[in-house]
Amino acid sequence: MILGRVCGTVVSTIQHPFYQGKKQLIVRACTPDGAFDGDRYVIAVDLVGAGVGETVIVEDEGTSARQLLDAGKDAPVRAVILGIVDEVTDFSGEA
Amino acid sequence: MKLGRVIGTMVATIKPEGMRGLKLLIVRPLTADLQPEGDPFVATDASAQAGPDDLVTYESSREAALLHDPSFVPVDHAIVGIVDQHYYDGGGTR
Repeated sequence: MILGRVCGTVVSTIQHPFYQGKKQLIVRACTPDGAFDGDRYVIAVDLVGAGVGETVIVEDEGTSARQLLDAGKDAPVRAVILGIVDEVTDFSGEA
Repeated sequence: MKLGRVIGTMVATIKPEGMRGLKLLIVRPLTADLQPEGDPFVATDASAQAGPDDLVTYESSREAALLHDPSFVPVDHAIVGIVDQHYYDGGGTR
């Protein structure tokens, strides 16, 4: 899973039928302290009603994404927003 | 999924049976704010209607193959949809 922040949206009319009616958000990867992790991003299907500016957790693996969406085993999806993050505590800086 | 720009088309007559009828497009990968990122690649078109200069979303690896029927055609990048509206706010400075 990836920690990220929602930075934008993508709307398509002409697309693969699987994605019809599924909200797609641009999520940039974050480090635990909230900084962006380079230019790394993913467009993920929103499962939780996330919005721009929110910190989220993204599953970027096909089988898990299909399970989360209750989709068939051949559903062409990989990235799904599965949670909105309230708080991150990073102990790595402590000795 | 990621964002890309269609910069060309490609035609191959001799290709695997499962790829018959699939349109091949050359796609330049983009960052979230639409800056070019990395080298272009060839993708099949699962939206069926993408063309030159279109901003598109694409999927790679196994999910690219799953976009097609029958799935598991030998495809590693496929276009999912044509982007009508792209909003990006940069996400602040942090």
